[in-house]
Amino acid sequence: MNIEQQDFYTQAILSLAALVGLTSFLMLGQGRLLRLIFVFALQGFLLSFTTALAGFSLDNPHLYISAVLTLLLKVIFIPWMLRREVILMNTQRDIETLKNKTALMMGGAGLMVFSYYVLHPIVQTTSPVMLNALAVSLSVVLLGMLLMITHRQAVAHVVGFMSIENGLFFAAIVATNGMPMVVELGVAFDVLVAAVLFGIFFFHIRTSIDSLDVDRLNRLHEVDK
Amino acid sequence: MNWFIAIIQTFLFVALAPLLAGWLKWCKCFLQNRRAPSLFQPYRDLLKLIRKQPVVAEHASWVFTRAPYIIFSATVLAASVVPLIALNLPTSAVADVIVLVGFLGSARFFLALAGLDIGTAFGGMGSSREMTVSSLAEPAMLMAVFTLSMAASTTNLSVGITHVLNEGLVLRPSFVFALFALILVTIAETGRIPIDNPTTHLELTMIHEAMILEYSGRHLALIEWASQLKLMLYGVLIANIFFPWGIAETSSLQTLGFGLLAIIGKLALLAVFLGISETVVAKMRLFRVQEYLSFAYLLGLLGMLSHIILEASR
Repeated sequence: MNIEQQDFYTQAILSLAALVGLTSFLMLGQGRLLRLIFVFALQGFLLSFTTALAGFSLDNPHLYISAVLTLLLKVIFIPWMLRREVILMNTQRDIETLKNKTALMMGGAGLMVFSYYVLHPIVQTTSPVMLNALAVSLSVVLLGMLLMITHRQAVAHVVGFMSIENGLFFAAIVATNGMPMVVELGVAFDVLVAAVLFGIFFFHIRTSIDSLDVDRLNRLHEVDK
Repeated sequence: MNWFIAIIQTFLFVALAPLLAGWLKWCKCFLQNRRAPSLFQPYRDLLKLIRKQPVVAEHASWVFTRAPYIIFSATVLAASVVPLIALNLPTSAVADVIVLVGFLGSARFFLALAGLDIGTAFGGMGSSREMTVSSLAEPAMLMAVFTLSMAASTTNLSVGITHVLNEGLVLRPSFVFALFALILVTIAETGRIPIDNPTTHLELTMIHEAMILEYSGRHLALIEWASQLKLMLYGVLIANIFFPWGIAETSSLQTLGFGLLAIIGKLALLAVFLGISETVVAKMRLFRVQEYLSFAYLLGLLGMLSHIILEASR
């Protein structure tokens, strides 16, 4: 089925999926922490917009609540918390040098193709829209993991982790036409708890090694190598 | 009749290019709290340069003196291929996107040769930088344009734009990527900030200006005009591929006039965005240009991928 024959809602969902994928790529290549956090907030906003659109199109009012929760948590609260942490550590001007950025980006593109390849058998049983949305979500999850592997700052790790969660959330919204309210509230609460836990975790790393660069944890060996 | 319109369109292209440059400068001056020169200042500059006698270095060969004419005519030919106010013109029927890129490529080749010919250090440095940037930018541009080609299953610009126009408003994820890729490539290819600064003559940062440093008089006028034409050409590509509404499909006077107004409006808006981005973004180190362009390539690649994966029929 060609895209011209889909309804407007499907086209919009597909475009939003593409944009969510794009924000993942932007995060992957981003060395500045504040900009990384900004792109993360942008991804959260796209997610919230998708949720609201799904709520509007499927006439499912409780999705609006979910959209507002996403907006509050992922666009305002968590970015604000991370931003405060970065400014507190005075690392907002540092540029993290990523080793071999081009290879990293191409690896990301490879992961995207891989996630389509993995999900392709599903096309037999479901609509192509769901396949696309699921594939983009899976690639957002994988790109989040790649982000966590390649960056050294703890803040970047948290952003990677949260973007994995974003990918899963996007899949859930698009594929199920809105989850039950209980599940959504549970997910939102989990994210909140995770954010608080990360705050404590930051505090501990900071007091023990006086930096949020996790590579420096290697220096905590008892004996020098 | 159609040939007549095609010639008029090419003439409009050549005539309006300095105006676009003037408007862009006006926007930037406004944003930077400076007093802007008149919108017609680029025309005055060109006129002044044409009147002046060109000074040619002693060791310059025929390449140096012929190059401006070749560059200008290749750019004009490239501009004649791009639909500005009307579709289905004979000039756009005989040449497709790949020919367009070829015209621009040959213009650039002669510019680089002219930079090398004179034998100064700056000319050679500018040529080598220009070739580095363009060898990375060209694949990205082709990727972006091929996305349109795949959606419309043609490499002909006019047919492709007609396809987009007749389809109505379809949100295509691949076009979003292709649009961003083409914008990035445009900035790199036309030598704007953050890749190159067209107003600087600071020795370590210039690319385009380094190549044409030895030119003067009417030669310089032709090269400057060609680069203004190139900026307008890329602007028209962006405006007419992704937002083709308003372009004339039939050759009646009314639709042509409306097409002209539409493209002027679109280009003016595009120049405002370019002016804003040039004001807020700082110039990039030369060694980071490769990262920038590989990002543009990545966007183009994602556009192709998302066309194949998200949109194609199964």
